[in-house]
Amino acid sequence: MQNFDLGKEGLRALNSALHALKGQTNMTAWEVVNPKGAHAIAAGVDAPVDITVRGSTGYYCAGMNKQATIRIKGSAGPGVAENMISGTVIIDGNASQYAGATGRGGLLVIKGNASSRCGVSMKGIDIVVHGSIGHMSAFMAQSGNLVVLGDAGDALGDSLYEARLFVRGSVKSLGADCIEKEMRPEHLALLADLLKRGEADGMARPEEFKRYGSARNLYNFNIDNASAY
Amino acid sequence: MCGIVGLFLKDPKLEPKLGAMLADMLVTMTDRGPDSAGIAIYSGAKDGLGKITVQSAHPERDFKDLDGDLHDAIGQPVAMMVKSTHAVLEVPLGQLAAARSALSHLRPEMKVMSVGDSIEIFKEVGLPKDVAARFDVAKMHGTHGIGHTRMATESAVTTMGAHPFSTGSDQCLVHNGSLSNHNGVRRELKRHGMTFETENDTEVAAAFISHKLSDGEALGEALESTLTDLDGFFTFVVGTKNGFGVVRDPIACKPAVMAETDEYVAFGTEYRALVNLPGIETARVWEPEPATVYFWER
Repeated sequence: MQNFDLGKEGLRALNSALHALKGQTNMTAWEVVNPKGAHAIAAGVDAPVDITVRGSTGYYCAGMNKQATIRIKGSAGPGVAENMISGTVIIDGNASQYAGATGRGGLLVIKGNASSRCGVSMKGIDIVVHGSIGHMSAFMAQSGNLVVLGDAGDALGDSLYEARLFVRGSVKSLGADCIEKEMRPEHLALLADLLKRGEADGMARPEEFKRYGSARNLYNFNIDNASAY
Repeated sequence: MCGIVGLFLKDPKLEPKLGAMLADMLVTMTDRGPDSAGIAIYSGAKDGLGKITVQSAHPERDFKDLDGDLHDAIGQPVAMMVKSTHAVLEVPLGQLAAARSALSHLRPEMKVMSVGDSIEIFKEVGLPKDVAARFDVAKMHGTHGIGHTRMATESAVTTMGAHPFSTGSDQCLVHNGSLSNHNGVRRELKRHGMTFETENDTEVAAAFISHKLSDGEALGEALESTLTDLDGFFTFVVGTKNGFGVVRDPIACKPAVMAETDEYVAFGTEYRALVNLPGIETARVWEPEPATVYFWER
């Protein structure tokens, strides 16, 4: 276990050490203490390591993550796991604005609530929120899955492309071109897998969710190109 | 950008530490706005006395014999405490208006920062740590206070363009964001007799709330009115003699975090600003909801 005191050693030293991990490493477990809301903690990691941050983080924690599993034992500030490529980010507390924005892959789990614009412009990431999400979430979301065990705020999925949105609770309002869709067996199977990977199996059953997606009226979608997404 | 911090104390035991806590919070927010910084502190009212905080670009000249000159003008005792470019003048409550009017003749270049029973405002161009040191903020005591560090967008980097803005007795407001209809609202408020010191959008928001309060609205109602009448991006934190309020616009791009314990209610633009507060580990920490008014009054 590599222990890192952010209060003593500083953010730049932490991120330099993490960026130096290339490919296989035997320094696979990291613990970061005293984060105190600092920005960009463990941003840009590209190695199959396990990082635990003990406390709450500021802007862009785990941004651009590739391969790593990053656990935040607190709440996360704006833009957590922004543009994640792969790996897993698990937040025990709440997440601020635009969690998982533009994410291209990997899994983001938020065990508390997420604020506004969760999953904005997501492009392949899977996001599982145990609580509720704020307004304008999944705005212009292109692909990937957003699962919400609680409620969604105003304008869910505005100008949505091909991301799938699953909400168990109420949706305050749907955004332009976002509609409720039929839940088919393949969606139930997908949802069961996401709940399991999102550490939420036993908390909710797939049948309790509604699926929302694009009405495909707002963008020039040609069904023949669907396999490209 | 811009950084806001605020503290409303519930536990009087913390009152001697208010300035030290606020200064620490404000310095943490330095990278959100290095242009200018300011603080409004409610240090409590003394029986029968009111306070006028004034600012001068030439303090040696303007503050020399100012207490004596003001005493001669209003015929009442005046106490003066000079802190760098600012001075706090204590006069009998009934003489506040007369003193303010006299000051405009005695020292025409001097600016009035705040007037009231309890409020004092100190603000200058520069980094929060320099501004806090200049006014010895860490030694200030009080019941509640608000600080701001500015990244200027809507008007020039000047002392008068710094926050907090005070447009009514014991009232102040700080702002993170920018307003798009401030010229129209300013014209409307001028028709109602409000006066303005700057071209700044935030001063309009402050005056808008002061105008609503003078019309008899409660603090909560006045904050509610900003949601319908002010257009643009804003997180506002406001102070009154007994209260402390927060409101964010419906889009809520401008970040805000709050924390509450039995001892205090705290506001920070970022969580970083709150990390050194006592008991923060077990405090209730949340983001204020968009288009929702929060206020605390004692």
